[in-house]
Amino acid sequence: MLRKPYKASACYERMVIIVKNLICITCPTGCRLEAEYAGGKLTVSGNGCKRGEEFALAELTNPMRSLTSTVRTANPLMMLPVRTDREIPKDKIGEVMKLLRGVVVERPVTCGEIIAGLAPVCDGSMIATCDMS
Amino acid sequence: MSIQFDVAVIGGGPAGLAAAIAANGAGAKTVLIEREARLGGILKQCVHDGFGLVRYGERLAGPEYAQRYINELKETDVQVSLLTFVDKIKNLPDGYDLTLVSAGGLRHIRARAIVLATGCRERTARQIAIHGQRPAGVLTAGTAQYYTNILGQLPGRRCVVLGSGDIGMIMARRLTLEGAEVLGVYEAKSIPSGLPRNIAQCLLDFGIPLHLCKTVTRCFGHARLEAVEIAGVDENMRPIAGTEERLECDALILSVGLIPENELAETLGVRLDPVTNGPVCDQNGQTNVPGVFSCGNASHVNDLVDYVSESGAAAGRAAASYVPGERLYAELRAGEGFLYAMPQRVELSRVPEELTLYFRSRDERGKTRVSVKLGEKLLLQKRFNQLRPPEMERVTLDLCGAAIGEGGVILLEMEEIV
Ligand SMILES: Cc1cc2nc3c(=O)[nH]c(=O)nc-3n(C[C@H](O)[C@H](O)[C@H](O)COP(=O)(O)OP(=O)(O)OC[C@H]3O[C@@H](n4cnc5c(N)ncnc54)[C@H](O)[C@@H]3O)c2cc1C
Ligand code: SF4
Repeated sequence: MLRKPYKASACYERMVIIVKNLICITCPTGCRLEAEYAGGKLTVSGNGCKRGEEFALAELTNPMRSLTSTVRTANPLMMLPVRTDREIPKDKIGEVMKLLRGVVVERPVTCGEIIAGLAPVCDGSMIATCDMS
Repeated sequence: MSIQFDVAVIGGGPAGLAAAIAANGAGAKTVLIEREARLGGILKQCVHDGFGLVRYGERLAGPEYAQRYINELKETDVQVSLLTFVDKIKNLPDGYDLTLVSAGGLRHIRARAIVLATGCRERTARQIAIHGQRPAGVLTAGTAQYYTNILGQLPGRRCVVLGSGDIGMIMARRLTLEGAEVLGVYEAKSIPSGLPRNIAQCLLDFGIPLHLCKTVTRCFGHARLEAVEIAGVDENMRPIAGTEERLECDALILSVGLIPENELAETLGVRLDPVTNGPVCDQNGQTNVPGVFSCGNASHVNDLVDYVSESGAAAGRAAASYVPGERLYAELRAGEGFLYAMPQRVELSRVPEELTLYFRSRDERGKTRVSVKLGEKLLLQKRFNQLRPPEMERVTLDLCGAAIGEGGVILLEMEEIV
């Protein structure tokens, strides 16, 4: 997850990376960010609030996303909506989706209850996002 | 003899849930009527997250946001009628008579006040110009969402999305995650109509191309969609001859806009605003028909559910304390540059200390100052870094000491900050 303050290892110190047109997805405002990484330091501009900086840093190092989906239930015409209980690495989304395809929930659940652990792929679990009787 | 209620709320989505809870909290005998088997409205199928940021400071999934209100409703003594359709509403001297249709047949109830929380419906292929057959496989984004998220069935394997609204982009991502191929999102306008964050997290993240200034002009296929014709459009959104190309696909998903659902309202003589397509409302959602209130997407299409709940609660509270009688109004007028502002008028017998206004700009703009005036008196001034039509903005006026009289005009103005 986020390391703050961000410290790069020495070999990156002479590198300059400028990333334009990054869109912060943290809130609906969707600020357009410009990130400049130079001299081992990251500067972010365009962000409406501090969370934009954290987003840019994560996006350039280890992009994270929350994932929402559905899983099968005992009723063939009724899916159960689920979401990750935390953000997961963006490049793990495909594997988590594959894992969810094998999940069938055959018991009543309440909103927020853990439906499946993601352990084989990454940290976290999928939780139900509504009650199902 | 039909059962008598103080308030009948029609529609069990987030607007209706908030209205019923608020009406009950204000001491009214309340009934909530929903035609589907479960409460939650459209949120049941909006499994993506991003709901409740304003209200709870959390990024909840749609069903999760609805569940919080459903749980709250369970603690009240609101009477809930599921699988019940409100077919007709009739004006009585002292309230309204509602005709309800359910598996058990027809029945009638009476209410002193009515809250219309019937949501909105989607524009369909019939309302936009696409030539050719209407084979299976042409469906609205909301229908595709219902198939995918509730029934667990993919509407197609090779999909084309027409319209860059948020629902279309969210569905493009959802279909991709479920293993379908989304060939592209096509938008006739030169700017996307959805939020930038959805372009980022729904399209860019999954490498789904967004084609601006292009539209679908024709569908091919008889029983089932086989292909669509895509064409470039000029600045008047007319297809440009010679730019047509054929794209093989088995699903065309339309995300071309929402219209408030007001069929019942119209039968009651509720006056609609030609811009919002919803009723002309006061600050509590009361329409021109006394005792008939409107809230949520039925009153105007909202982009944040938090504001939907807010409008529902206001309408529910006001409906609970509704008493017949003459009413005086001041008018809210949106000047140059605005698409619309809500509420359209302010009822003066209960002018609140704080008045919340919602508005949309007509065009995309940079730094803008919005001023709200009552005659010469400046009530509020606020700076916005940007204004975009898909994003509804909200400002709260302090009305303490502002003497609004009958026929007074509250005027919204905007100017560019240079
Ligand atoms: C597909 C889609 C995706 C969206 N995504 C987001 C998002 O990501 N974030 C966000 O904040 N907002 C989103 N929205 C906005 C969302 O519409 C609103 O936030 C909210 O759901 C609207 O609530 P509502 O109660 O006004 O309407 P609805 O939720 O539509 O509820 C209306 C209810 O009324 C019932 N009804 C209608 N007529 C009758 C009748 N005659 N008799 C009985 N019952 C009736 C319907 O069955 C329905 O349950 C989305 C909207 C749509 C359509
Ligand atoms: S920078 Fe802050 S205000 Fe801008 S989108 Fe990100 S979280 Fe929202």
